[in-house]
Amino acid sequence: MKKFLSIVLALLTLCLLFSGCGGKKDDTGSVYYLNFKPEQDEAWKKLASAYTEETGVEVKVVTAAEGKYEETLTAEIDKSSAPTLFQISGQIALDSWKDYCLDLKDTDVYRELTSDDFAIKDGDAVYGIAYVYEGYGLIVNKKLLEKAGYKVEDITSFAKLREVAESITARKAELGFSAFTSAGLASSSSWRFSGHLANMPLFYEFEADGIKEQPATIKGTYLDNFKALWDLYINNSTIDPATLTSEQNDAAVEFKNGKAVFYQNGTWEYGNIASIGDENIGYLPIYTGVRDEKQGLCCGTENYWAVNKTASEADINATLDFLKWVVTSEKGTKALAEDMGFVSPFKSAKPVDNVLCNIMNDYVEEGRYNVSWAFNHTPNVETWRNGVVSALAAYSAGTGDWEAVKKAFIDGWAEQYKISHQ
Amino acid sequence: MKKLKKHNPSRIAAGSTRKSVKRYGALFLLPTVLAFIIGFVWPFVWGIYLSFFRFRTLRFTSFTGLDNYKSALSDSAFFRSLGFTSAFTVVSVLVINLVAFFIAYALTRGIRGEGGFRTIFFMPNLIGGIVLGYIWKIILDAVIIEYLGSALALNATYGFWGLVLLVSWQQIGYMMIIYVAGLQNIPGEYVEAARIDGASSWQLLRHITLPSIMPSVTICTFLSLTNGFKLFDQNLALTDGKPFRETEMVALNIYKSFYESTTNMGVGQAKAVIFFIIVVVIALSQLYFTRRKEVQA
Repeated sequence: MKKFLSIVLALLTLCLLFSGCGGKKDDTGSVYYLNFKPEQDEAWKKLASAYTEETGVEVKVVTAAEGKYEETLTAEIDKSSAPTLFQISGQIALDSWKDYCLDLKDTDVYRELTSDDFAIKDGDAVYGIAYVYEGYGLIVNKKLLEKAGYKVEDITSFAKLREVAESITARKAELGFSAFTSAGLASSSSWRFSGHLANMPLFYEFEADGIKEQPATIKGTYLDNFKALWDLYINNSTIDPATLTSEQNDAAVEFKNGKAVFYQNGTWEYGNIASIGDENIGYLPIYTGVRDEKQGLCCGTENYWAVNKTASEADINATLDFLKWVVTSEKGTKALAEDMGFVSPFKSAKPVDNVLCNIMNDYVEEGRYNVSWAFNHTPNVETWRNGVVSALAAYSAGTGDWEAVKKAFIDGWAEQYKISHQ
Repeated sequence: MKKLKKHNPSRIAAGSTRKSVKRYGALFLLPTVLAFIIGFVWPFVWGIYLSFFRFRTLRFTSFTGLDNYKSALSDSAFFRSLGFTSAFTVVSVLVINLVAFFIAYALTRGIRGEGGFRTIFFMPNLIGGIVLGYIWKIILDAVIIEYLGSALALNATYGFWGLVLLVSWQQIGYMMIIYVAGLQNIPGEYVEAARIDGASSWQLLRHITLPSIMPSVTICTFLSLTNGFKLFDQNLALTDGKPFRETEMVALNIYKSFYESTTNMGVGQAKAVIFFIIVVVIALSQLYFTRRKEVQA
């Protein structure tokens, strides 16, 4: 009996050893996608199994927890079965991941791109391909705005936006709603301001100074406009400016429940606010008073596919085939547009059922200028943003002054640039 | 003699066990040794090795000598976090041990429902740090916003005392159990003899109880000291270093310079090595000093 047991155990150990090493078909290769967007996790898994059914090639999809992508990728990429397909967030991310990015210049998926604007290039080489195109601005509850006596079309400049907001605040008790949703500075919401709103002064400064690459220092030329906007946000909001850092604030819920007219967020938020009805949703550019005429939304992307250069050749080929299938096949394009709600910059992309995206496209067709995502240049982005958020919170609560915000913005940039380049 | 040996089964068993241990001992040690090497020795050596390299991932590294250490030591945020951590540790060690001892003292007097009280005091220790930090953040913020007109993320002083409160609440129960065990082990004769000699309860506490529970004091101060220095989850969940990294403790500072760096994680690694040395020096000297005070019961 003992002998029998030990033989069984020994065999079991051997099996474990071998299944750990071999057992993988190397001829066809397989795909391992480390997905960035948790909202689309289900849809990617569905699409992956559809592809496996059709071609027999194994596709594994893993999604990193919100805000933990870089950490997860750092850990995963050193493993022997590393992701073959991952995402980088822009030109700056190339500094971290260039050693792993395959040049995609001669691939089908690159040829499917509608414009080179959607690729991360370094010289001739193409290292990243955008798969989703997004835009943010001020989402408007048109029904409430009309109740307050205004129309979306009336708001064409910062001055007008201020007038409307302040008039709503003056009649807040009578109307029963506020102008802006809470500008929450807890980590679940602070990126809307330290990232997206902060983009406004960055964009105009870079435009004025002709800056195309990450600058070592910034001047903060348009920080006064940023201050005016921020003041408008917090003084005409659903909550007391001293409570911005509380975890309880949930701007999406406030907006959905008709507590406020304006909600700064992007096309990806559609699913959360769709319940107010498509006919009630409006979408405005974030006017700053710098160049309001002809201003459009802030469109761009921080989601680029990159293929792992260090993977085996079979896996690389399998990954490229998978990508081609996703952006060209009926099933793939349908999944991108309908299940994931992506406006993707590929030639055979399908239209999306998302009012915010449709309005975004209308602005582009009207010929309004795009406020591109200048924040993609931020050095050590998390650290820089944390500094700005702390300063904004102190300023809003009255315990700090605006000088500290300026300092976090300008000096913080120089400091993080130095740290990330030493 | 030979005959005797044959008729003593226990001695035979002992002898063969010893032989078996000699023969197979190494084999039985192997899993533990392997686990120790995989889980501790190897990462430790690898970590020190990496602190001399500039790296983002382990595949592409380049040797930079002491550059990472220079960067780490020229980082003012690192030193501020060391100062904050030291202050926090001193306060939390005092609070935790004093309160834990007196609760333990009260709960060994034989009052009704002692077991129930001990369980209740111990329970916070079963909750994970992140959950605890998040819950306390909501509770403390509600109070601070309502009555003090500020918030945890706005005021480093509130952040500091919030952390002390949270960690005390979590660890007092655990230390209390250790003190209770120590108190229960004091031989009754000592106490009785002291009473007969006419010792007051203060004298009893000072000259009998305290010297007898020094081993518990050693363990509890060691645990609360190292816990305080290495605190991470609670810090991350409660304040996340806000405002302006003023409430950032060393572990969080290392974590941030490691993961928030887009180009070189070696600086975080170097900080971790420095931190390790500091913790070891402090913990060993604490053990040395409290051990000297221990008496043999």
